[in-house]
Amino acid sequence: MSGSAIEVRNLSKTFGGGRSLFGTERHAVKAVDQVSLVLQRGETLAVVGESGSGKSTLARMLVGLEEPTFGDMQIAGRDAAALRRDGPRAFGKMVQYVFQDPVASLNPRKMIRQALEAPLKLMNGYDAGKRQARMAELLDAVQMPKDTLDRYPHEFSGGQAQRIAIARALAAEAEILILDEPVSALDVSVQAQVLLLLRDLKRQFGLSYLFISHDLAVVEAISDRVAVMHKGRLVEEAPTDQLFRAPRDPYTRQLLDSAPKLRKA
Amino acid sequence: MSDALATPSLPAAGSGRVSSWRLLFNNRLATIGLCMLSALVLMTLLAPILPLPDPDATAPADRLQPLFSAGHILGTDQLGRDILSRLIWGSRVSMIVGFSATLVAAAIGSTIGIVSGYAGGRTDNLMMRGIDMLMAFPYILLALAIVAVLGPGLMNALYAIAVVNIPFFARNVRGVTLGLSHREFVDAARLSGKGHLSIVLTEILPNVLPVIVITMSTTAGWMILETAGLSFLGLGAQPPQADLGSMLGEGRAQLFTAPHVSVVPGVMIFLIVISLNVLGDGIRDVLDPRLRSGALLRPGPVTAVDPERSRPKNGKPSAILTVEGLEIGFTRNGRYSAAVKGVSLHLHPGECLGLIGESGSGKSVTALSIMGLVSSPPGIIRNGAIYLHGEDVLSMPQTQLISARGSRVAYIFQDPLTTLHPMHSIGRQVAEAIAAHQTLSRQALRERSIALLDRVGIPDAEKRANHFPHQLSGGQRQRVGIAMALANDPDVIIADEPTTALDVTVQAQILALLRELQRERGMALLFITHDFGVVTEICDRVAVMRDGHIVETGKTQAVLGDPQHEYTKRLIACVPEIGTGKSFLDRVAPIFAADAEERP
Repeated sequence: MSGSAIEVRNLSKTFGGGRSLFGTERHAVKAVDQVSLVLQRGETLAVVGESGSGKSTLARMLVGLEEPTFGDMQIAGRDAAALRRDGPRAFGKMVQYVFQDPVASLNPRKMIRQALEAPLKLMNGYDAGKRQARMAELLDAVQMPKDTLDRYPHEFSGGQAQRIAIARALAAEAEILILDEPVSALDVSVQAQVLLLLRDLKRQFGLSYLFISHDLAVVEAISDRVAVMHKGRLVEEAPTDQLFRAPRDPYTRQLLDSAPKLRKA
Repeated sequence: MSDALATPSLPAAGSGRVSSWRLLFNNRLATIGLCMLSALVLMTLLAPILPLPDPDATAPADRLQPLFSAGHILGTDQLGRDILSRLIWGSRVSMIVGFSATLVAAAIGSTIGIVSGYAGGRTDNLMMRGIDMLMAFPYILLALAIVAVLGPGLMNALYAIAVVNIPFFARNVRGVTLGLSHREFVDAARLSGKGHLSIVLTEILPNVLPVIVITMSTTAGWMILETAGLSFLGLGAQPPQADLGSMLGEGRAQLFTAPHVSVVPGVMIFLIVISLNVLGDGIRDVLDPRLRSGALLRPGPVTAVDPERSRPKNGKPSAILTVEGLEIGFTRNGRYSAAVKGVSLHLHPGECLGLIGESGSGKSVTALSIMGLVSSPPGIIRNGAIYLHGEDVLSMPQTQLISARGSRVAYIFQDPLTTLHPMHSIGRQVAEAIAAHQTLSRQALRERSIALLDRVGIPDAEKRANHFPHQLSGGQRQRVGIAMALANDPDVIIADEPTTALDVTVQAQILALLRELQRERGMALLFITHDFGVVTEICDRVAVMRDGHIVETGKTQAVLGDPQHEYTKRLIACVPEIGTGKSFLDRVAPIFAADAEERP
């Protein structure tokens, strides 16, 4: 078994296109254009880009929510196309996804218990007693109190909801997490706490992260390697300190220069 | 000190949840409808045990007895049958048929709607075109045709009415499902290993249910009316069975000699339908989340001001804008909660003041209140004064305050896509902003607006002026927003998170533009943001807001370099900075670890 968690070669996704009923060509958008990257086990790889750079589409393909137009995807050494044929459960056992807007990713009419129970029951086939024990463990891991289970999503703040969403992603016991802008919607102090939590969970459970963000400062704090995307293409990929010290691509340099900096007196 | 930053402080269970029943009973009309309907339903349910004569027993000798005659309170019909008895038994039949038809239509229509909305694509297209065909026929004609094929009879009338009403449910439910099936929680459920059927039943259905109930409550009355209509035409209930429609139809011949025979069932139909409709409206108001959040309230043109507010003196007469002891709150369900609790700040000409705080700190409410833009109800300014050039804005007459908006104080908002009108070209919208305060010829307006667009850096402004908002990028739209704010050379610009929705490279450009314009025109800028990085880029002074209070204020460099207040210190410590790298997390870890220990 190779050491890579995710290996992607020439992955592309085109939206639209094809021909309409009368044979005219439809407008096609290349959201992801021939992207190749590798996420090693136990590593945090950040994918950075601005809106429309295709980073979210890439993430959705990696968890099977979107089907690539072409290209190869290997997840934990298994071919993604085969995983997709085995149904959503096979995919979900391997990779899980954390959404940008935690409140929107929880069904407003269902209690947290139901949201956490689904992956435990469907992915792992645990019985009721085991589920109860696991839910308590998961809430403990994301530092939420026990009575969280019997509450509705709207009763939580953004930071708390994101903790719950992370607990749900962990419930499937997948070792790869795709985090799609997990802290962008949060206030700075909450953001720092969630980042800390993510770091601790990674150590505790031996996870691999693909961390998608537009915020370079956040990326620098959490990732081992950074891949920069621009208009669907990967323009630069380097270890974090190297990329921040000496960006090679002009677009990366522009991004770094544009980021607002605290200038303390 | 640090409770807002400490993590899990859960709201008390159950607080803030207003029960749907209580909301329904708050609506007097709906309560009346519910009581009336319950009484009617109870009466028809008790029909078998009430001391009523046989509704079908004829007595030709006693025919057409008037109201209140002995033994027959509501008189008798043309065959001498007791009208009260027939009315109660007839209502029973009508309601059973009407409600059953509602249930059948709801079940079939909602299933079609959910399946087509969830599946989308070709399935959706095929099913909806089928529904379209059903809708293409006038409904009564369609019902007649169905009964004609199946033959007259109550059951067939029920089928006909159900079929006719399927499109209402299918259309409504499909629309809602379509929106829901692209929501993130559905994706999340898929990743939890749920299959399509399970997603539809456990994720989508609970969210669609209110819509189904609303549609049911608003169409049930209509269906009872349709049942009566078919029976009136002799296609529903067959004699001698009583049914409100057939009673009406049979009484029609005696309309002039014995009007009560047809008027009594008519009144009954009216009562049932009106109670159902009134109740249905009430149910819709309760279940519709948009109405629940107060969309039915009509805010006035300016924020309400408590007439007994305190009016602190202008402490900084040299400032262009001074806010003194401002206290604003919201009244919801009769309960007042303060959002801004005594905020004072001032702004000198040509200065940029940053107002920084986390969500819920009251910074936006403060900014909006300056020109009376906080919607009332529910907002109210309880205390304080706002001085613009030494004049109290809150005691200005309404017309004067409205004319000051845009000409003396202008706003730039976060998302220009929601503040720009999608159907008007950007040139026209800028011209409109100018024309609101100045009378100029059309030619002059156009020239001015193009000049403004050019000034804010829209390339090829003359041609671009004819473009619509959706044809521009986010950054360009924000430039248009800035051009509109500049239109009348205001003294003060209030920018509420103007760069939050933008990419970093675009944000840098917009900040540079704002800084340049501010220097060039000597405007005062009140800049609201949650981002310390942005504050350092543009602000001369900064005020840190938290829980409706300003906890610290001072020169930007001084506050950032040497924060005095605990909260400011923590907030600054939590901002990740480029160049800090992984040591950032090690730096913040002790802060939150200390919190965890403080908690019992």
